[in-house]
Amino acid sequence: MEMLIPIIVTLVGAATPILIAALGELVAEKSGVLNLGVEGMMLVGAIAGFVAQFYTGNPYLALLCGAFAGAAVSLIFAFLTLSLSANQTATGLALTIFGTGLSALAGAPYSAKPIALMAPLFPDMLARDPFWRVLFGYSFPVYFSFFMVAAIWWFLKRTRTGLILRAVGENDHSAHSIGYSVVGVRYAAVVFGGAMAGIAGACFPLLLTPQWAESMTAGRGWIAVALVVFASWRPLRLLAGAYLFGLVMTMELYAKAGGGVLAIIPSELWAALPYLATIAVLVLISLRRDASTNAPACLGKPFMPAN
Amino acid sequence: MPHRLELIGITKRFPGVLANDNVSFSVKPGEIHALLGENGAGKSTLVKMIYGIMQPDAGEIVWDGQRTVIANPKAARALGIGMVFQHFSLFEALTVLENIALGMDAKIPARELEARIRAVMTQYGLLLDPHRTVATLSVGERQRIEIVRALLLDPKLLIMDEPTSVLTPQEVEQLFEVLRKLAAGGCSILYISHKLHEIKALCDTATILRGGKLVDTCDPKAETSRSMAEKMIGAGLKDIVRAPGRTMGAPKLVVSRLSTKKSGHFDVPVDGVSFTVKAGEIFGIAGVAGNGQNALLDALSGEILGEDKDAITIDGYPLGLLDTTGRRKHGLCAVPEERNGHAAVGDFSLSDNSILTARNRLHMVMLGLINSGAAKTYTGKVIADFAVKALGPGSTAGSLSGGNLQKFIMGREILQRPTVLVVSQPTWGVDAGAAAAIHQALVDLAAEGSAIVVISQDLDELLALCDTLAVINAGQLSEAQKVGEVSVEEIGLLMGGVHGTSEARDAIPA
Ligand SMILES: Nc1ncnc2c1ncn2[C@@H]1O[C@H](COP(=O)(O)OP(=O)(O)OP(=O)(O)O)[C@@H](O)[C@H]1O
Ligand SMILES: [Mg+2]
Repeated sequence: MEMLIPIIVTLVGAATPILIAALGELVAEKSGVLNLGVEGMMLVGAIAGFVAQFYTGNPYLALLCGAFAGAAVSLIFAFLTLSLSANQTATGLALTIFGTGLSALAGAPYSAKPIALMAPLFPDMLARDPFWRVLFGYSFPVYFSFFMVAAIWWFLKRTRTGLILRAVGENDHSAHSIGYSVVGVRYAAVVFGGAMAGIAGACFPLLLTPQWAESMTAGRGWIAVALVVFASWRPLRLLAGAYLFGLVMTMELYAKAGGGVLAIIPSELWAALPYLATIAVLVLISLRRDASTNAPACLGKPFMPAN
Repeated sequence: MPHRLELIGITKRFPGVLANDNVSFSVKPGEIHALLGENGAGKSTLVKMIYGIMQPDAGEIVWDGQRTVIANPKAARALGIGMVFQHFSLFEALTVLENIALGMDAKIPARELEARIRAVMTQYGLLLDPHRTVATLSVGERQRIEIVRALLLDPKLLIMDEPTSVLTPQEVEQLFEVLRKLAAGGCSILYISHKLHEIKALCDTATILRGGKLVDTCDPKAETSRSMAEKMIGAGLKDIVRAPGRTMGAPKLVVSRLSTKKSGHFDVPVDGVSFTVKAGEIFGIAGVAGNGQNALLDALSGEILGEDKDAITIDGYPLGLLDTTGRRKHGLCAVPEERNGHAAVGDFSLSDNSILTARNRLHMVMLGLINSGAAKTYTGKVIADFAVKALGPGSTAGSLSGGNLQKFIMGREILQRPTVLVVSQPTWGVDAGAAAAIHQALVDLAAEGSAIVVISQDLDELLALCDTLAVINAGQLSEAQKVGEVSVEEIGLLMGGVHGTSEARDAIPA
């Protein structure tokens, strides 16, 4: 048990940003918008969060700055794809390239300057015992991610606004003819997705490595995008999926550190595993019938009303 | 008393078409007002402006004596205007309940909404399970959702754009009861339909549009169906002409013990269906919607792959294991009931839609390359021969009015001169003139020696068109009977029959 605790802690740390970013993408996709710019938005959120933490030392403010930065770049995407009906796939890829470049540029003066990690949310005494540490030893974003899983599930399933959002993703023309603003709903969903990606990005300097490194999100944005499909657009499956990938990544870390049996497999293969797992799981899931039927029918299609 | 709704000089232009040209008329409270016109006359466009989906280019809308601009459907609903759409505005992946909730502007807790839905459904006899997903419902059931959704709003004006084209006669009768009750309570109804006998039975006034212009106003009760149809077309109506002394040839299409599996989705499977269609024969399949018609059509067209090669044969050649393309090559063409998305791709040009089904039979593809010239010529011929109102082979299928798209699809298949043609609801939403033209084309095709199967819920259509008739019920097909030797009552009994007897059987104590 004692030995497992650091593994669990690492696992939670790896899974949390993926989960947060994927939840944002799930909401955007449910409204019918495929935003492949998650990786770029995360990087922009990461540098914004880093800079805020560097100057103010207030991690909550840093998360907020990450959210705003992610939302701001997602607005560019929204404007291009929703107002100008640009192709969503191409625009999303461009957004990732843009976000990578922008964050590298903005982060250049800060390389090798350390910041403080975000402190755990609960007081130390609660987390002293190893067992309790597994429950109470994390900082705010971890609990936030769990809360958001429940909140988004509830929002999509139970609220009227969530129903409208799903309706817009399901049949934009019908939603329009009943009188809902398709473009308005999608703007909101994309910006929400951007804010979540920004928070996820800010988690990297605040929770994992307390300094700035170019492309420090290391492709996790792409895993988040894949995860949404793998989870067939269901928040609870997303949670399971994020932790599955977190587990594989944690094992990779231990393998690199030369941890016993894990070292039998070469570390390059370990590094490829999360991606292989993505593909394997996607194939398995797509064999199931209900997976494809849960996809928003208008995903990725631009909406152009007749008049 | 002020008019409930008054339109003054409404004009609407689309690129290349004047859909409404200076249209003015008014509707009184409690009046059931018919809007008639050929396909593409501009009926749907006009009511979409009343419901705020589109804005008129010129003209005014006066509501309860006051000039109003109806900016969007929400504003229309706030005024008390409800609408049932010609092309459903439903969300397939959502449940009936969710679909209805989306059409309500007030926030109503799900449980209360469900109670209200159940109340309206029992009051008007429109039965549906609120928790079913729309994707699993038949077309008729989907229509019921739209009607319930509109009724829940307690409308002061209810617009119905061809609500009965997919309903069974019993359902139509029920709907009319609902509408009469509503009208008696002061609700005005604007009713669009191509079924003129329904208009006669239901409506107080009829406004007739032709080419976007208002051409006449009449009292339908004082007219005959024929005289109204002639007003719409602006010319005389033709009867179906059959060559005298027609003889039928050898059996062409033989279907024996055709069954499909229950797919969990959609409709009822077919169960051991057998029938024979001779060369030159038009074989009708009547039945209440949702009794296996969709499965039968898909099994015949090859969309549902069969397991028994001899279940379907043409001139003795087994087709049972072939897919759609293979069957088309052997002369079996089919037209499904859902024209948008199934029979045609809305975003494709008409020309491309022709290529989709006619490429092999008419050699539009050579060495893997599309011969777009041939496709265009063929599409042009379909448009001309079937009087499809479209700008040309390049217009997208989605830009055609409902009836015109149907004419195009029927024409596309008929002009391929198939050996066997299977059609479902051939004149769904088609105006009287065009319906006569489609019927004539089917009769002509049969006269050339093709075997034709017509699946329809419109008994009048089947009786006028077919030589032989069978009834499908719960996936099983009745004995085929000669039209003329069988009475409407008998068919009506068969259509509802099996349900009735099985209930009766259940009621007998063992
Ligand atoms: N969004 C659109 N863009 C371009 N043209 C359109 C559009 N909607 C309708 N039209 C054209 O306007 C004309 C009127 O169409 P409308 O749908 O109002 O006919 P309709 O009377 O309802 O016919 P039907 O009985 O076949 O439903 C047609 O020529 C149609 O092609
Ligand atoms: Mg219409």
